[in-house]
Amino acid sequence: MNLDQMLPAVIVLSSLLPGIFIFLVKEESHLLRGVLNMTGAIVKLLLVGVMIWGVFHGHVYETRLTLAPGLTLVLHADALAVLFATLSSVLWLVTTIYAIGYLEHSPNRSRFFGFFSLCVSATVGVALAGNLLTFVIFYEILTLATYPLVAHRGTPDATRGAKIYLAYTMGGGALLLVGAVWLQALSGPADFVQGGFLSGLQPDVWWQLIAIFFLLLAGLGVKAALFPLHGWLPQSMVAPAPVSALLHAVAVVKAGAFGIVRVVYDVYGVGFADALGLLTPLGILAAITILYGSGMALTQDGLKKRLAYSTVSQVSYIALGASILGPVATIGGVVHLVHQGIMKITLFFCAGNYAETLGVHKVSEMDGVGRRMPWTTLAFSVGALGMIGIPPIAGFVSKWYLAMGAVEADAYWVLLILALSSLLNAGYFLPILYRAWFRPPPKRWPEEHIPAGRFETMGALLWPPLITAAFCLAAGLFAAAPFSPLEWATLIARREYGP
Amino acid sequence: MMTSLLYGGTGVILFALGLWAFLVYEPLLRKLIALNIMGSGVFHLLIAIAERGALPPDPVPHAMVLTGIVVAVSATALALAMGRRLEDDDDAG
Amino acid sequence: MLDSLALAVSVPLIGALLVTAVPGRAQGLGLLAALATLATVGLVTAEVWQQGSLRSDLGGWGAPLGISLVADGLSAALLAMAALVALAVSVYATGYFRRGETDTHFWPLWLLLWAALNGLLLAADLFNLYVMLELLGLTAAALGALTGTKAAVEASLRYLLVGLLGSLAYLLGVALLYTAYGTLDMALLGAAVRPEPIAASALVLMTAGLALKAALFPMHFWLPPAHANAPAPVSAALSALVVKAAFYLMLRLWLDVFAPLVTPWAAGLMGLLGAMAVVWGSWRALRAERLKLMAAYSTVAQIGYLCLFLPVLTALPTGDARDDLLVALLLMALTHGFAKAGLFLAAGLVQRSAGHDRIDDLGGTAQHMPATTFSIALAGIALIGLPPSGSFIGKWILMRSAIESGQWWWILPILIGTLLAAAYIFRVLSRAFNLEPTPRRFVTQARTEVPALLLALTAVAVLGLAARPLWRLLGFEGGL
Repeated sequence: MNLDQMLPAVIVLSSLLPGIFIFLVKEESHLLRGVLNMTGAIVKLLLVGVMIWGVFHGHVYETRLTLAPGLTLVLHADALAVLFATLSSVLWLVTTIYAIGYLEHSPNRSRFFGFFSLCVSATVGVALAGNLLTFVIFYEILTLATYPLVAHRGTPDATRGAKIYLAYTMGGGALLLVGAVWLQALSGPADFVQGGFLSGLQPDVWWQLIAIFFLLLAGLGVKAALFPLHGWLPQSMVAPAPVSALLHAVAVVKAGAFGIVRVVYDVYGVGFADALGLLTPLGILAAITILYGSGMALTQDGLKKRLAYSTVSQVSYIALGASILGPVATIGGVVHLVHQGIMKITLFFCAGNYAETLGVHKVSEMDGVGRRMPWTTLAFSVGALGMIGIPPIAGFVSKWYLAMGAVEADAYWVLLILALSSLLNAGYFLPILYRAWFRPPPKRWPEEHIPAGRFETMGALLWPPLITAAFCLAAGLFAAAPFSPLEWATLIARREYGP
Repeated sequence: MMTSLLYGGTGVILFALGLWAFLVYEPLLRKLIALNIMGSGVFHLLIAIAERGALPPDPVPHAMVLTGIVVAVSATALALAMGRRLEDDDDAG
Repeated sequence: MLDSLALAVSVPLIGALLVTAVPGRAQGLGLLAALATLATVGLVTAEVWQQGSLRSDLGGWGAPLGISLVADGLSAALLAMAALVALAVSVYATGYFRRGETDTHFWPLWLLLWAALNGLLLAADLFNLYVMLELLGLTAAALGALTGTKAAVEASLRYLLVGLLGSLAYLLGVALLYTAYGTLDMALLGAAVRPEPIAASALVLMTAGLALKAALFPMHFWLPPAHANAPAPVSAALSALVVKAAFYLMLRLWLDVFAPLVTPWAAGLMGLLGAMAVVWGSWRALRAERLKLMAAYSTVAQIGYLCLFLPVLTALPTGDARDDLLVALLLMALTHGFAKAGLFLAAGLVQRSAGHDRIDDLGGTAQHMPATTFSIALAGIALIGLPPSGSFIGKWILMRSAIESGQWWWILPILIGTLLAAAYIFRVLSRAFNLEPTPRRFVTQARTEVPALLLALTAVAVLGLAARPLWRLLGFEGGL
C-alpha cells in the first residue's frame, strides 16, 4: 500500500483520532484539548492541500478496504470529493477557533469537542466516499455524531430538538439504506463514476430504478432539508452556535445536497436520469422548497430560525442545479455547494456573536447593533447581500450560472423561481440590515455578557466571521482565478458532460 | 414387533398425557410430575425400539434412557429446591 | 495425546470442580479457568482455520456408541465469541460480586455453564446435544436465581420448567429419528433423512422444543422476566450465549440434518415468526420501563432477525450468494452476542450506581459514568444495526439477498425493527444529556467498566470493519 492509497484514509483519521483522545481528556485540561483540536484541524487542512495539488497533477488517491465479498469501503478523491472535503476542512478550522472561544466557560467540553471531531470525520468521509455503501456508512455516522451536539445543552428544548432531528434522520437513513441495497441487488457492487453506471441496465428494470431514485432522494432529502422533509432543521437551532454554523450550514445539510449531486451525476448520470424522467420532479421539489423556505424565513423573528429557513431555501439551489440538464446549470449548482456554505457560516457566526455578546436573539432586538458591533455587522452584511445575490459576492456567481443554465436548457420557469426567491431573500435580509445600521440602539441590551473593550467582542469570536466574509468576497471577485470554487465546478461539469 | 409397537405407542400416549397435564395444571408439583411422565413416555419409546428380534437388544437406546433418567432426576431436584425457596419466602413474608 | 476439542469442554469442567473444592479461592481459580478455556478455544479456532474442520472420538470409541466431538467454521466462530464474552463476564464478575455467598455459588455454576455451552457447540450426535442442552438449561436457571429474590426465583423456575419441556420435545424427536434411521450422528443422519412423516414429526418436535428454548416468538414469554431479574453478568451470558446456543442447534438441524425436508413454506413460517418477533420484541423494548427489561426484549427481537434468514437461505441455490448469507447470519449472531453482553454489563453498573434501572430516572447516573454510557451507546449502535457495526453488514447482505431471491417483503420487518431499535436505544441515551456537572474521568471503575466497553467496541468496530476472516473460517470464497 503506497502513500497515494493511504491519503484518503489518513485524512478521515486526522480528525477521528484526535476526537477519540479528546473524549479521554480531563475536563479541566483546556490546553491539551485545544492543542489536540487545532492539531487535528491544521493537519487535516494540510493533507487536503496535498490532495488538491495531487489531484491537479493527475494523482489518483483511493483507499479500498473489503468489508465482505461485494461490500467494499472506498475512499476516492475525485474533483467533486476534493471540493467538498476542502470546504469542510477549511470551515472546520475556522469553526474550531470560534467554538473554543464560544464554549469558554460551559460544561462538558470534552464531550462536545469529541463529537465535533467525529462529525468532521464523518463529513469528510461522505465527501470522499467512492461508492454508495461508503456514502451510507459515513452518512449514518454523521447522524450519530451530530445527535449529541444538538442535545448538548441538555435543556428540555434541546432534548426535544434532538429527538425530532433523530426521528427525521433515522427515518431518512432507513430509506436511503433500502435504496442503496436495492440498487446493489440490481447493478452489483459499483463505484461512483462520472456519467453513472446504470444506463446499461435493461428497460424492464427501469421502473425499479425510478423507485430507487425516489427512495434515495427521500433519504438524502431529509438531511438536505427538502420540503416536506425539512422539519428538523429549524428545531435543531437550539444547538450551540458553532454547531448551527458548521453542521447546519455545512456538514449535515451539505451531506444531503452533496448526496443528491452524487446520485444524479455519478450513479444515474444526468443524461440517463433525464431519460428516466427523474429531473423534472427533482426540479419541482427544489423549486417548491426554495420558495417555501424563503416564505417561512420572512415570518420568523428569531434570528437563528430565520437563518435556518433561509438554509432550507438556499440548499435547494444545489438540487435545482442538478435537476437542469446542461453543463452551465451543473456549474451553478455545484459551486453553490461552496458558496452557500461560506455565506451561511458567516451569518451563523454573527448570530452567535450577537447572542453571546449582547444577548440579542431576535430580529426585533437588533436595532442599532451595527454601532455597537460594526465588524460583526459588516461580516453579516456581506453574507446577507451575498445570499440575495448582489455582485460581486459569491452568491451572485451561483445565481448567474443557474440562470444561464436555465436559459440554455429552455427551462424559463427557473428564471421566475430565481427572481421570486431573490425578492424574498431581500425581503427577509434587508430589514435586518436596516435595523442594524440605521435604527438607534436601545438604552440597554438584553443581556450584555461581554463588555466592549479593544474589540467589540472576544477575538476568537470576531475573527472567524471576518475570515469567512472575506472568503465570500474573494469567491465572487476572483471567481475566474485558478483553484477558485468556480474553476473546480467548471472542471466537474466538463468531465460530467464529456468532450 | 407387536410388543414394541405397543410399548412405543404407550410411550407416545404418555408423552401426550404429560404435555396436557403440564399445560393445564398450575401447581408446581403437578407440573413436575407431568414432566416426569412425559420423560417416561420418551423412555418407553426408546426401550421399545431397542428390540432387535433374535439379536441382543440395541445398547444405544438403553444408554440414552439411563442418561435421561439422571438428567430428569437432577432437573426435578433443582425445580423442587426452587419451589421450596418460593414457599419459604411466602411463609416468611 | 490431548486434543483441543476435548480440552475445550474439559478445562471449564475441571475449573468448575476446582472452584467447588476450594471455595475460598473461587475468584482467582475461576479467572484462571476462564483464561485457560479461552486458550483451548483459541487452539480449536486456529486448527479449524488451518484444516477446515476437526473431529475427535473420545477414548477412541467411534459412533455409534462413543462420544464424538466435531468443529467446523460455524461452531468455531461461535465458540470463540462465547469464550471472549465469557472471559469479559468473568473479569466483570470479579468486580461485580462481593466476596461471600453469591460469589462462591456463582463460579462453579458459571464454569459448568461454559462447559455445557462448549459441549453443545462441539457435540456430533443428537443425544449428546440433548445432555448438553439440559446441562445448559439447569445451570442457566440456577444462575438466574442467584440473587434469591422472589421475582428472580419465580422467573428462573418458569425458565427451568419451560426449558425442560423444550428438551423433552427435542428428546422425543431424537427417539423418532433413531427409530427411523438407527443412528444419532448428525452427519450420518443428514445423508439418511428422507422426506417422510416420521422425519417430519421429528423436525416439528425438535424445532418446537428448540424454539421454546431460543425464545422465538410467540414462545418468548419466559425470557424477559428471567433475563431482567438475573444478576448482570448472568443476564449477559443468558442473553448473549445461552439463547443463541439453542438457535445454533436449530440452524444446524435445518441446514445439515433436515435439509431435504425443509420446504419454502416451512422456512416461510419461521421467517414469519421471526418477523413478528422483531416487531413485537422491539415494540415491547420501547415500552419497557426498566433498562434490563428493555435489553431482554431486545433479545427477543434479535432472535427474530436470525430467523428471518431461514426463508432466504432456503430459497437461494448453493453458491456464493448463499455462502455470503450464511456468514451474514453468523455475523449478526456474533455481533448480537458481543453487543448484548456489553449492554447487560453496562446496565448492571448503571443499576448498581443508581440503585434502580428505571430508564426515566437515569439522567444523573448516565452522566456520571461516561464510559458506561458510551458502552450502552456502542452496544446500541450494534443492536440498531447502524454502521460500522457487524450487524449493519449482516442486514445489508440479508436485505440484498431477500431482493435477489424475490422475497423483498422481509425488508419491511427489518426496517420497522431498525427504527424501533433506534427509538428504544436513544430513549436511554437522551437521558445522558442533563445539566449535571461533568465527571473528571472517563473510566471510574476499570474492572467492571472496561469489559463492557471492550465487548461493545468489538461489536461495532472489529466485527464491522474486519469481518472478512469469517469467510475464510467457514471455508468460503471471498475470505482472506
